[in-house]
Amino acid sequence: MTSSPQIIEHGRGRPPLDPHLKALENEAIHIFREVAAEFERPVMLYSIGKDSSVLLHLARKAFHPGKIPFPLLHVDTTWKFAEMIEFRDRIAQEYDLELHVHTNPRGRAENITPFTHGSARYTDIMKTEALRQALDAGKYDVAFGGARRDEEASRAKERIYSFRTPDHRWDPRNQRPELWNIYNGMIRPGESVRAFPLSNWTEVDIWRYIEAEEIPLVPLYYAAERAFVERDGMLMMAEDARFEPLPGETVQRDFIRFRTLGCWPLTGAIRSRASNLTEVIDELEIATVSERQGRAIDRDQSGSMEKKKREGYF
Amino acid sequence: MTAPSTPAVSLVNFEDDAPAPHHAGKDSRPLRFITCGSVDDGKSTLIGRLLWDTKAVKEDQAAALSRDSTGKQNDLGLPDFALLLDGLQAEREQGITIDVAYRYFSTDKRAFIVADTPGHVQYTRNMATGASTADLAVLLVDARAGLLEQTRRHATIAALMGIRQFVLAVNKIDLTGYDEPGYHKIARDFRELALTLGVNNVISIPVSALKGENIVLSGKATMPWYEGPTLVEVLERATQRGGQSTGFRLSVQRVSRPGEGFRGYQGTVSGGSIKPGDSVVVLPSGVEANVKQIVTFDLIRNAAVSGDAITLVLDRPVDIARGDMIVALDQRPQTGTAFSARLVALSPDAIEPGKRYWLKAGSRRQRVTVTPTQQLDLQSGKWQPATTLPLNAIGTANLDFDEAAIFDAYETNRQTGAFILIDPDTNNTVAGGMIQGRRKSSDGLAREGAEKVTVTLPAHLLAAFRASDFARDHAGEIRISADEDE
Repeated sequence: MTSSPQIIEHGRGRPPLDPHLKALENEAIHIFREVAAEFERPVMLYSIGKDSSVLLHLARKAFHPGKIPFPLLHVDTTWKFAEMIEFRDRIAQEYDLELHVHTNPRGRAENITPFTHGSARYTDIMKTEALRQALDAGKYDVAFGGARRDEEASRAKERIYSFRTPDHRWDPRNQRPELWNIYNGMIRPGESVRAFPLSNWTEVDIWRYIEAEEIPLVPLYYAAERAFVERDGMLMMAEDARFEPLPGETVQRDFIRFRTLGCWPLTGAIRSRASNLTEVIDELEIATVSERQGRAIDRDQSGSMEKKKREGYF
Repeated sequence: MTAPSTPAVSLVNFEDDAPAPHHAGKDSRPLRFITCGSVDDGKSTLIGRLLWDTKAVKEDQAAALSRDSTGKQNDLGLPDFALLLDGLQAEREQGITIDVAYRYFSTDKRAFIVADTPGHVQYTRNMATGASTADLAVLLVDARAGLLEQTRRHATIAALMGIRQFVLAVNKIDLTGYDEPGYHKIARDFRELALTLGVNNVISIPVSALKGENIVLSGKATMPWYEGPTLVEVLERATQRGGQSTGFRLSVQRVSRPGEGFRGYQGTVSGGSIKPGDSVVVLPSGVEANVKQIVTFDLIRNAAVSGDAITLVLDRPVDIARGDMIVALDQRPQTGTAFSARLVALSPDAIEPGKRYWLKAGSRRQRVTVTPTQQLDLQSGKWQPATTLPLNAIGTANLDFDEAAIFDAYETNRQTGAFILIDPDTNNTVAGGMIQGRRKSSDGLAREGAEKVTVTLPAHLLAAFRASDFARDHAGEIRISADEDE
């Protein structure tokens, strides 16, 4: 006997979602539909990671049986893992998505890299500035993102509709109050909104939803024997041709996996034997460190995420 | 070279014998609650304690706290919880909490979303925001001080926003030497206060947030006289927000027409339930139809209930647009151009009489003229005549629409009875509103009041009667008065 015996979902080859995940899913679908109906030119930020994968799945659900009524945008820093790019292109084709890829031409021309320019400057140019360029070029008035409030302290006060000035700035002291599930999408020309359907999801929710809905993921989330070095307390994967070991560094091989995915020089792996979803969730439920721990950009200084957000970072 | 397994590169600290992992699904929706109290009551410590003892705070976050902390750690070796909670740099610098923050934690049984709101400046605005989605309110008092003026204010706002379950956390009980009679007096006072506000589901708990007693872990060792549940046990058992006693409601968000032959109405069920074959009526047009299919990504469903995001297919072509409501044929909401409502003013610009605003309710946005009539004096609990509503005021106003509006009373449905006001000059959200009912004429509720049934009761029964489900369900129809002869 299930917890809601009166509801039968024909054709679903899986057991129904538990009420907790169902509530989160319903809320996200509601937000997707509301944004798509209220704004002129929506776009969905797609970063290829697990949260983006859930976001994409929810978008497909929200507009079923129709197609997703907006394009996806990937800001490619050129330093993503090769497996991420392969996965992105496969998914775009399989789901028949309208995918735009943007790389900051200035960054490319000046050959900005995380190794030569430092993680802060690199992130500012290749991610934040690139995102602003792409949003301006597309004249998008709303961009969906997969950010969650449990990720980082400054996110805890983020609205579901996060208002941005014409130069994409976020003013944490001047946000619109958000009551019930009624969202205010009224903006002036040039202003925009970042919409976060996953605001109320936690990392465990994301993983349990991926399991329940059988959502495909980049294989880097699962443990495998990979080459890496230990640098500044971070396990840096050493499988990209651009990787160069520093003097004194030894390339090791062991079972590692990633808890979040970003640019490979800035994203630390963890030692793990969790090679499938069940094992990843088992590991997560007894985890004692947070997922952003592997992100170099968060550790630059205290409050660094808030600074980046004010400047237009997602 | 062998790398030591530090927390930096491994998820799990294997030093402890970890329990056998399991990831069974949660059997209920997340419980949303709001915490009310001031810094002095230990609110940050209480929330921090909930997160800490349910292991929602990870080691690296705790490490960042000790890096930020200015040596303010307490003697229990805990991090400075206020730092954990005050997420924004601006707040840290000023040492105040300026907005609503949402926190997440879970137990084996249930997941929780806490709306953490500041207890001082702009508390009405922030509390109203947090309370709008909350199932339950945790009110915090200092065991040494008992109920304060602000306890009454917080309880009043929570009740007004439709919260019908209160938990009183009598904090810092350790500082009273675990004084049992003192605790019971506070609990009794609070129950009386809650009853006057129409809330009869009240639980009091003696706690020490700092020492972690009766929050997540039991306080039996120091309070053998307390037989009741811990705070987390109460939260695990709490019911979800009620007040959805209307029939089927669906506010149409968008019309899906992916190709010839399919026309679906997408939205979230905000009351009642629906199944194929049910008769519905579309408002405001009044056209009737039957439900043919409930479509979701997981193919066809045989029913949908409140909260479900669905696509509805009807058995005949009907002209339906975004903002229309599809409702149960035999249980319709109120439609009209004149309503009265409670308002919470959220903006530094006051709600001005006769000003035209945008009103958004569900997926519908329409023009409305707002005329404030009363303001609640939070100190006395009395309603006073008013013509404007300044920031943080709670008031009553008349709403007059150009075109028909569709609402339920907030008392009966917290979704179809709620709305926001948007200032067309600034696009800001300037008020949250709760529908009381339709006005039958332009001169307000007075005439409608004449149609109410008057219930006269001995004074000592008034509070209990007001708190009853019957009185709440018929709030718009009865007038309650004290028997003067008693």
